[in-house]
Amino acid sequence: MSINRLTGGLIDHASPLQFTFDGKTFEGRKGDTLASALLANDVRLMGRSFKYHRPRGVLSAGSEEPNALVELRSGARREPNTRATTVELFDGLTADSQNRLGSLKFDALGVNDVFHRFFAAGFYYKTFMWPKAFWEKLYEPMIRHAAGLGSISLQDDPDVYDKGFLHCDLLVVGAGPAGLAAALTAGRAGARVILAEEDFLLGGRLIADTGTLTDMSGADWVGTAQAELATMDNVRIMPRTTVVGAYDHGVYGAVERISDHLAVPEDGKPRQVFWRIYSKRALVCAGAIERPIAFENNDRPGVMLAGAVRAYANRWAATPAPSVVVFTNNDDGHRTAADLVAKGVSVPTIVDTRDTAPDMQGTEVLAGAQIADTKGRLGVKSVTVKLINGQTRVIPCGAVAVSGGWNPNLGLTCHQRGRPVWSEKILSFVPGGDLPQGQSVAGAANGETSTHSALASGAQGAVDALESIGLTAQAGDLPAAEDRPVSVSPFWYVQGAKRAWVDFQNDVTVKDIKLSHQEGFRSVEHLKRYTTLGMATDQGKTANLTGLAVMAELTGKTIPETGTTIFRPPYTPVAMGALAGRSVGKAFHPTRLTPSHHWAAEQGAEFVEVGNWLRAQYFPRPGETHWRQAVDREVLATRSSVGVCDVTTLGKIDVQGADAAAFLNKIYANGFAKLAVGKVRYGLMLREDGIAYDDGTAARLAEDHFVVTTTTANAVPVYRNMEFARQCLWPDLDVQLISTTEAWAQYAVAGPNARKLLQKIVDPEFDITNDAFPFMACGEITVGGGLRARLFRISFSGELAFEIAVPTRYGDALIRRLMDEGQEFDLTPYGTEALGVMRIEKGHATGAELNGTTTALNLGMGRMVSKKKDCIGNTLSERDGLNTADALALVGLKPKGDGQIMTGSHLMAASGPVDAAHDQGYVTSAAYSPILESSIGLAFVKNGSNRLGETMRAVNPLEGGELLVELVSAHFVDPEGGRLRD
Amino acid sequence: MIINHPLLGPRDAAEFVYLGDAGLIDRPDWQADDAAQAFHDYMYLRDNPAGLHRELWFHEQGDRSWLVVTRNTVTHEITNVELARDVAIAQGRGQ
Repeated sequence: MSINRLTGGLIDHASPLQFTFDGKTFEGRKGDTLASALLANDVRLMGRSFKYHRPRGVLSAGSEEPNALVELRSGARREPNTRATTVELFDGLTADSQNRLGSLKFDALGVNDVFHRFFAAGFYYKTFMWPKAFWEKLYEPMIRHAAGLGSISLQDDPDVYDKGFLHCDLLVVGAGPAGLAAALTAGRAGARVILAEEDFLLGGRLIADTGTLTDMSGADWVGTAQAELATMDNVRIMPRTTVVGAYDHGVYGAVERISDHLAVPEDGKPRQVFWRIYSKRALVCAGAIERPIAFENNDRPGVMLAGAVRAYANRWAATPAPSVVVFTNNDDGHRTAADLVAKGVSVPTIVDTRDTAPDMQGTEVLAGAQIADTKGRLGVKSVTVKLINGQTRVIPCGAVAVSGGWNPNLGLTCHQRGRPVWSEKILSFVPGGDLPQGQSVAGAANGETSTHSALASGAQGAVDALESIGLTAQAGDLPAAEDRPVSVSPFWYVQGAKRAWVDFQNDVTVKDIKLSHQEGFRSVEHLKRYTTLGMATDQGKTANLTGLAVMAELTGKTIPETGTTIFRPPYTPVAMGALAGRSVGKAFHPTRLTPSHHWAAEQGAEFVEVGNWLRAQYFPRPGETHWRQAVDREVLATRSSVGVCDVTTLGKIDVQGADAAAFLNKIYANGFAKLAVGKVRYGLMLREDGIAYDDGTAARLAEDHFVVTTTTANAVPVYRNMEFARQCLWPDLDVQLISTTEAWAQYAVAGPNARKLLQKIVDPEFDITNDAFPFMACGEITVGGGLRARLFRISFSGELAFEIAVPTRYGDALIRRLMDEGQEFDLTPYGTEALGVMRIEKGHATGAELNGTTTALNLGMGRMVSKKKDCIGNTLSERDGLNTADALALVGLKPKGDGQIMTGSHLMAASGPVDAAHDQGYVTSAAYSPILESSIGLAFVKNGSNRLGETMRAVNPLEGGELLVELVSAHFVDPEGGRLRD
Repeated sequence: MIINHPLLGPRDAAEFVYLGDAGLIDRPDWQADDAAQAFHDYMYLRDNPAGLHRELWFHEQGDRSWLVVTRNTVTHEITNVELARDVAIAQGRGQ
């Protein structure tokens, strides 16, 4: 085994695991992270920095890691920007370093570092401004190639992600001393508790440090606490779960990594679950994050946070090097030195910036000293120490453990409006007021630095939180633990450094911050954006406060006066897959099938997505090689004999009540009060601003019963608006609404033989002859020997037509029966394309014409808008601007000679300029009419109804082309409407 | 966000569709002399307060009630939830 593997710790020395890093095979232990296993194998160099491609090693032992980002796994499962510090080692793990050209040791883009003086803060803004044309062709591709982090697999993720919902009285975030004490306190009181821990082991610093709890080691006490919690049905322990966001009203988002510690998820298990946790109260026990001190070349692999070095030694039995120098401004750094020595690691020197520093038996302590520089190209080989007397000394070592003090982990406390406040005691920000509703904070996250105070505040935090929701808990007896006072001095960076790194991931130095200040970017928010400090994937967890301290010094203000930076969700990066859950591919949205879908599929229909619906687009027959052949055939067959089309997708709203007619009179622009029972009327709805909204029909089945249809697209919003009108505008009307779109299967049966066909299935007691059941009649009937149905004599195609509705479960049977009975008429099923062709031939408007900018006047229905009643939209439809003399009017178009009219073309005078100033209108719909054997179109043209016969140009600069067209009536087929009434 | 529905209790905001200012209940009289101006104001002029705001939410994935929710736009605190129909009647609509 490697020279850097120590004894003890919480790894299983008897369980070796093989893994590869950059193609080289190593051996780790069960319980290792990728970072700890690499350190144990004497690998300090783990990546290259973002901008300068500087060699970088691991800095931390947690999710705050800025440097050690790797691409994990291979093939479709490759995952970039994974922090080696949080990757749980498994047998067969493969990882690769990223952001390099060539090998990690000889990164060709390391040349960026040689030219670093050109890459300082604001470099992009200044350098790449000129010449302008170079940006797209040269600078941007170059920067995109050189900068950046890992690369994605470009393949579909083979794993499944899930979403879930949880409810609790108390959510405890973090299972360190404070979180465990809180969970025990609340769990014993019977409260419903969720204990979420980011790590795969509970314990936090209790398993990274050597202190005892009464007579037990930290790890043993954690074990007993976990065992007790596991016996409580009211407590849910969630390791490998990061609470990433605090949302309104006690809702938290959390990612549980179910399978990330396995090579491949177990059968049926998701990779990750995104939980939405509804908590009555939440206690944030998220601990603290150590901050580095900035000094010259402090980014060499081997320079690490002291608390992390201690955690690697104690928990993972690994050290970055056999010899470690400690650099600290506080007492906590000395604990690292003591723990390392106890583990057999050499600590030649403690460099303490304070003039008086505690002594340590057997280890040299240099008080009032600073590290001036480090040496070693791919990893630290020595440090140069500036002594209190001004002299310098070079000390060989393989690593530097740096402690600049501890910052409470504020993430979740800032996700709403919380602004942290400055604490002189710990020289850091602690949570302030305005925390998210129901949230409180305990332990190191609240500035409680000792184990004792963490335990006590966690227990008390749980008691207080539960009391506020009416539950009683007792803090109980706490184990005896260290209760050292804080001793930290304000020391942020070593003066005089040329390149002292503050934000490792975004390559921001002390000098960059000074440059930013010099150039006038003095507010913290400007500083961030100019230097990109704190804007990398780690959100500056280890960098922000040091950056602030440098800025404070430059502006001569205190740190709290200078400002603070806050955090937004997510606390750590979240995989897109986890946010999507199961809503991928075909499950991205629900698919709605029409009642005739399976029958249509048997006929070989092509389907088209219409919102969530799949509708038959056309029904190709053998020998047809182009969709137009099928569509033309369907149109001609319908117009010459009879066709059938599934129109179930149109919205259907059942309107009942004594005031149903009065209500519809308010909803529609045209009148409905006098519509006779057994009759249907076309209805146009306006928006309150006077623009046309939706159209359809309303059939009066009884004095107090209407069936309203809407367009497919507007079925949901029209219903919503009708409920608004019913509940909010006219609450006195006796009327009830319900959507019945999915309750009825509805078919249009159209063509000269439509009645003959229907007479074969409508039960004989119902007379549907023209006299008994004329155009726009409706009624409740039975078909096929007693099946209840509704029949409407309405026509979208312009032919003699009916729409017949049966309960949805009979929809499949009805289409099959119709097809059987229709054989003698050569009944032809038609899809949405033929439907569209026929409605254009007839000049009927759809969504292309009711496009959110047009009025009833534009549509040629101006007279329908009643001025004698109160209805939605009529007042504002009378506005002058909507009623000018040259208002757009719907007309038909025919090409002069051959040519194809294209939707979206704009209409210009037959000669003259083609530009926006001379725009006279636009084409909304176009189709080939097999009846007219010509391309036809519908268009809005200024004053169009008075210009029929005029020749204009339809121009399409987007797709190219210009076509001479004649303005004609929009009713190409049967303009008098005789066929409808046959 | 969680909306405490007067009939159904606490429900996730994802079940609702948002419309806007509850002033939309106060639809003007179409026969008034200043109807055109009143409808213009009704349609286009809204307050955008930083603080308490009465607004309309529709329980589309639920019981289809329109609600008037009084919400602090700064803190998202919800201080009152009423059935819009009750509000409309109390304001004298449909008399």
